[in-house]
Parts: sequence; C-alpha cells; structure tokens
Amino acid sequence: MPCDVDAAVIANTRLSDDYSVLALAAPEIAGLARPGQFVMVKATHSADPLLRRPFSIFEILRDATGAPLGVSLLNKRIGTATRLLYDAAPGARVSCLGPLGRPFEPVDGPVQAWMVAGGVGLAPFLTLAESLAARHTPATLFYGARRAGELYYTDTFARLGVAIELATEDGSRGTKGYVTAPLERAFTSLAPGESVRLYVCGPTPMMRAVAALSRTYGHPCEVSLEQVMGCGLGGCYSCVVLTRQQPGATPHFVRSCLDGPVFDAERIVWEALTH
Amino acid sequence: MDLSVSIGSLRLPNPLIAASGCFGYGVEYSDVVDLATLGGVAVKGLFLAEREGHPPPRIVETPAGMLNAIGLQGIGVHRFIREKLPELRDRRAIVLVNICGTTIDEYVELARILSDAEGVAALELNISCPNIKEGGITFGCNLPATHAVVSAVRKVTSLPVIPKLTPNVTDVASFARAAEEAGADAVSLVNTFLAMAIDVETRRPKLSNIVGGLSGPAIRPIAVRMVYECRRAVKIPIIGMGGIATAADVLEFMIAGASAVQVGTANFVDPFIWRSLLDGLSDYLTRHRITALSDIVGTLDTSKREQAWISS
Repeated sequence: MPCDVDAAVIANTRLSDDYSVLALAAPEIAGLARPGQFVMVKATHSADPLLRRPFSIFEILRDATGAPLGVSLLNKRIGTATRLLYDAAPGARVSCLGPLGRPFEPVDGPVQAWMVAGGVGLAPFLTLAESLAARHTPATLFYGARRAGELYYTDTFARLGVAIELATEDGSRGTKGYVTAPLERAFTSLAPGESVRLYVCGPTPMMRAVAALSRTYGHPCEVSLEQVMGCGLGGCYSCVVLTRQQPGATPHFVRSCLDGPVFDAERIVWEALTH
Repeated sequence: MDLSVSIGSLRLPNPLIAASGCFGYGVEYSDVVDLATLGGVAVKGLFLAEREGHPPPRIVETPAGMLNAIGLQGIGVHRFIREKLPELRDRRAIVLVNICGTTIDEYVELARILSDAEGVAALELNISCPNIKEGGITFGCNLPATHAVVSAVRKVTSLPVIPKLTPNVTDVASFARAAEEAGADAVSLVNTFLAMAIDVETRRPKLSNIVGGLSGPAIRPIAVRMVYECRRAVKIPIIGMGGIATAADVLEFMIAGASAVQVGTANFVDPFIWRSLLDGLSDYLTRHRITALSDIVGTLDTSKREQAWISS
C-alpha cells in the first residue's frame, strides 16, 4: 500500500545548472521501495502546478544502523514543477506518494545485468545496482550523456562493483557518440553461452535502439518508461502505453503506473511511443 | 452528527462520491481508501464493448486545472460485471455505474444488463463526454435527445437514473428540466468544459484528440453557478461537481443546491482527500450547530442582496 508523506527536504544537492539530487525524509516509503519503483511528488500546495509529477526513486537513504530514512530523486529542471524542486531548500515540505509501480526484476548470476542509462534515465539504476550487488550479480552500467559534465554518480556505481562504460555525444568522456556503441561492442564480445539481462531507461529512441539490439543478440530486456501521468494509481488512464500481451497479439493501451513503469521491451509497440 | 444524504431512494452515508473517470473502477483505490466510507463510487464510463480510447498524450495541465481526452478507454460492461463488481460488492462500495452508448438502444441494453447485476446502486447516464465523436454528448446537447434517452432507460430499470449533464450548452437548466420530465431520479453536473491547449513552439495541439475537457479548481465557480441555476429549475436532487478540493468547496455546492457532490481531479492530487473532506464537513456542522448536513442543501441566503436592491 502506498503512503503519502509530507516529506521534509533533507538536502538538495545541485549537480549542475539543470540537475539536482533532492533528499526527502520519508522512511515509510524508503522501507517499502523496490528497484525501479517511483513516487508521485508535489512541490507546492498551490493549484498551479496542480498535479503531482512521477519520479523514479534514485536512492534509498539509510541511517548509520541501516534503518530507512528517506528517498532521493534525481531531478532535471525542465518545467515549472521541476524548477520548484530544483529550488527547494532544506526544511521545505514536498508531498511524496509511493512507492508505486512494477519494479525491475533483479537477475541472479551467472547471468550478467547490464544497465543502460541515457541522461536523467540514470535515476532508477542506483537502487537496482544495490540490489544486484547484494545478490553478487555481475553488473555493468552503460551510461550516455551529452557531455562529461552531465555524467553523475559514476564513482558510486563503481563502489558497488559495477563496471562502467561511458559515452558522450561530444566525446568529452568515454566513447564519442551514443551509448549504443559500447553496448554493441559488449554484445559482440560475449562468449558463447554467456547470458545477459538488460535494464534500460532514457530517451525513447535510445530505449528503442537498445531493445532492438537486445532482440538481435537474443537477451531479455526490461525498459522503464516515462509517461505523462495524472495520478499514479490507475485512476485517470492518462499514462497508457500501447503493448502486446504476447508477440503477434492485438496491442492494447495499458496503464504505465500499474503495468509499468518497467515493461518487458518485447511487449512495447515502439512506433506508437511518441516522445 | 449526521452526514448522510439522500438522492431519491438512494441513501448515502455522506455526500462524497468519487467522480466517474477519475477513480478507475474503484478497485484501484481499495488499498488507499476504505470504499465503504465513501458516499459512493461512480465508476469509469462503460460502453457495451471494450474500447481502446485515444492515443497519448491524453492529459495536459493548465492553470489550476487540467484537460483530458482519454476517449473512454474501458473494459466494457460484461468484463466490469465479471472482474470488478464482485470486489466492489465485497468492499461494500455504493456503486454508481456510468454508462455510455452511441444509440438509445445501447443505453437501454446497458441499463437492462446492469439492473440484473448484483451490487449496482444507480445508473449515471453519460450524455456529456466531450471527447468522443459519436454518442455521449450528442444526447446531452439536444433537448429532445436528452428526454428520449432518459425516458427509454427509465422504462427498463428500477435503479435510480441519473443523467450527467454537460456544461457545453447555452442553458444547462433546460436540460435538467428535460431530464426531470423524462423521469430522471436526479441529475449530476457538470461534466468537463470543452477546451484546448496549443504548444506554440511546434504549433501542435497538446492533446492527441486536439480538444479535451477542462476540470479542476479553474471550473468551480462556473459549476457552482450551474448547480444554482438547475436547483431553481427542477425538484429532483442534484449531484454537483467541478473542481471540488476542500470541505468549503463541498459546502459551496450543497448550499447552491446540490444534495451530494462528486470529487474528481482533486483525487488525482490527493488520493487520501476523503478523510480531510469528511473532517472539514463535521467541523463545519459543529461550528454552525447543525445536526444534519442535508439541512444546508439549497440554503443560499440572498436576502441581503434583495434588501439592498429594494431599498435602492
């Protein structure tokens, strides 16, 4: 059952002019959250903006004894609500509803876990990386951004034992170009019989390309989709995604707040995803 | 303290009904709210058959409100009875089933099917959805058609029949009158206001359906005025709605003449809103030493204004 927590801002760490990590005191949510789940957040009691916004849970925050304290969100300033969150000062209150949605399914070794992130699509992977580390599953993060300054938390992933493959569009760090280039190299370097499960979050064209590569090389792939959401609980039917239950079946709109945000990539009708 | 209200023969524990289209089929919220504590649950509009609805984007935020063009995606009446109604029954929800057809025969067929189903408290006739081309609002924007669909449904069911009216007409009260004359037990109003929003950078509409329905606090004063107009035009009970987010908003609709209300968009923002609304209503009754909430229905005091006018 989700909780609505009137959460105090513990810290709001600016990573750049656009990105910040917002730490919220919400032990009830932190205690229940699983990798890939999200929260619905409202930064103001005013009616403008009116609706909550969905955010992946970025980190589970714990005290020295390991007890859950709260969650953090990786916020990118793109509009009114995300600007309010970017500007939120410690002590401010943020209404936080969750945890919500279908989580990732962390795989066990010897299968490898490959996380593929684009930009702010890094958000659901830190909790997944922790879960994979706890299972001793060999994990790699393929992480792409526009430039070196927009690659965050790589040290944190490294400390969890995650191998890192970076790509930047301007070539300022890692492979020049899209993250699909190091990913494809990794696929071609796999030994026969090695299996991989992919987890993807980022811009739609990137997720579509990664889903196609996973299919080509015959490995299962989970994608975390970001849709415009009204309520997060299945009430409004605004966050729908066109999916097929089985390959070849007639596609239907399903709610990404309940059936997702994590989907089997094979179910998605990619042509119908507009953004 | 008595928060109960009556809609014709229907007795509700309190006036707060979850609005159709804003609460799924009710079961989605059973983890969040005890459905039996609500005045009622108006489930998402049902056609006979399943429907896919419109492609996304289906909603867009606007100042103090939102536009939606979902397009009545739904599982159809048969799957509803099979898959959702048993749980609603188990949780002792008072279920208002919102029905929508493209022809009068479809409304009649839906009414027949639901009259035989166990656990349906009332039928809300959706003759006001602004987001589909056929059916729905075509009945709600034409007085003879409103009369015809209501009287046809009236003939085949003993369940309370509650047409849901559109504000997208010149005179809502005349539609309330047509519904009353056709045998409606109550009317609910208002559905959303037809509206649109444009991305000026791309010059594209922000909704895939181009136009959609405006809801939320932005519409509340217009909805209150329409409830007030209908209260003066008909004797049957009115279920008021439009942007309700606080207990004061509930009271505003009730004083204007609504016997009960529906809460829609505010439930998206705060799914736990019901508790605070009920507390606010109880607090109001205490402060005003009123024992029964239903006593405030239609008690708008215009005497000051009349005196001022007479003396001028």
